[in-house]
Amino acid sequence: MSPFLSAVFVIGGAGAACAALLAVAARFLHVFEDPRVEAITNLLPGANCGGCGYAGCADYARAIVEKGAPVNLCRPCAAAALAEIARLMGVEAKPVEKMVAIVRCNGDAVRSRRAALYHGLADCVAADFTGGGGKVCREGCLGYGNCARVCPVGAITFQESLLAVVNPERCIGCGLCVKACPRHLIRLVPAGHEIHLLCSNRERGLVTRKACNVGCIACQKCVKHVNGQGIHMEGHLAVVDYTTPLPESLLEICPQHCFVKRSLLKPAPQPEPTPLS
Amino acid sequence: MSGYLLLILSAVLVNNFVLNRFLGICPFLGVSKRLSTALGMSGAVVFVMTLASAVTWPLYHLLLKPLGLAYLQTILFILVIATLVQFVELVLRKHVPILYRALGIFLPLITTNCAVLGVAVLNVKNNLGFLQSVLHGFGAAVGFGLALVLFAGIREKLDRANPPKCFEGTALALVTAGLLSLAFMGFANLVKGI
Repeated sequence: MSPFLSAVFVIGGAGAACAALLAVAARFLHVFEDPRVEAITNLLPGANCGGCGYAGCADYARAIVEKGAPVNLCRPCAAAALAEIARLMGVEAKPVEKMVAIVRCNGDAVRSRRAALYHGLADCVAADFTGGGGKVCREGCLGYGNCARVCPVGAITFQESLLAVVNPERCIGCGLCVKACPRHLIRLVPAGHEIHLLCSNRERGLVTRKACNVGCIACQKCVKHVNGQGIHMEGHLAVVDYTTPLPESLLEICPQHCFVKRSLLKPAPQPEPTPLS
Repeated sequence: MSGYLLLILSAVLVNNFVLNRFLGICPFLGVSKRLSTALGMSGAVVFVMTLASAVTWPLYHLLLKPLGLAYLQTILFILVIATLVQFVELVLRKHVPILYRALGIFLPLITTNCAVLGVAVLNVKNNLGFLQSVLHGFGAAVGFGLALVLFAGIREKLDRANPPKCFEGTALALVTAGLLSLAFMGFANLVKGI
């Protein structure tokens, strides 16, 4: 046989054999996959944030169909998509209240006092271990952005001011930042609430006052103002429990100005990129 | 026996596929951002490269060489390896779903990777026997995995560092890869490799 023909036969034969093998394998090794899995995967937001407790949107969709996981675990999911998923699975959907994250600290570089200049790794956990970072307050935001790095939608800004601020319009409420913060400052709150208390310092008023201009000094004026509805004391710290909306007059009542209106809370300005000279 | 061990050692450390032969750079830079994905990729590469070595050896020595068609090795190897990986993927999906979930997304990525083809071609070029080929394929893949996991570990740490703006991201990754390659030069002449 001529070398030309043998080459054609060998490659052609190998190609045909491979094709036949794959065709047969595809026929006999076919795995039935529920079409609902793909449909639900497409309905989910696709941010793969992991807030539902599964590895990603596709994994959660599979869990819904195959393991009967609850359909309303996805917080970023739109109400219409949730209803559609519930219809596909034949269950009733209980919409979840939209939650957004908030950093319970307002002590940026101007308002809080510094004890040292921290030049270590730009990482909150590292700074927390290294003598608690640069700020005097041991329970305030460290400002090195561990929360911003895990945020799947880039809703958190932290540069310059040593304070992380969540943009509530971008936040999808997945809760990854809550786990990332070494000081447990971030909390998921109902998106409808406007008035927030931004301090987590449990020290006595005297100590807090030395550390920060906007720290809670446990004067209890706010608790008395709302008659204990929605605010309670935990040691030397007032804590909002988000059961009832708080009145805007709290902004004036608090002598330390710990309360803020969220729509007035601007994210820290991002520094302009400096052109290369 | 010690010959086989030396063969593996030489493939893992001395003639490391990524850091010495510069094969498989694409997944080396692409999937080294996280340690967990790097480990998954390494597992898939070990699997595919060992299998590819085992399959291409009889193809070359029993089919191409007797017919005098050795010049067709590249095209035939690509064809067969790609088919094989697809086939194995189907089998795993049906019968070993756990393994499929661990390696699944990485398998199609490396079907026609140059490291996989490279190991098949090197086996032929160095005239290795069947068992030697398989061991060389395994060792080369372990070397690839070692380089990938080391690199991913370093990159995870570098994420926390604060490099000059112009070095951030890929630039720093490439510099790091170069330094890692230099470090592996220390193994040169440790074993008289193939």
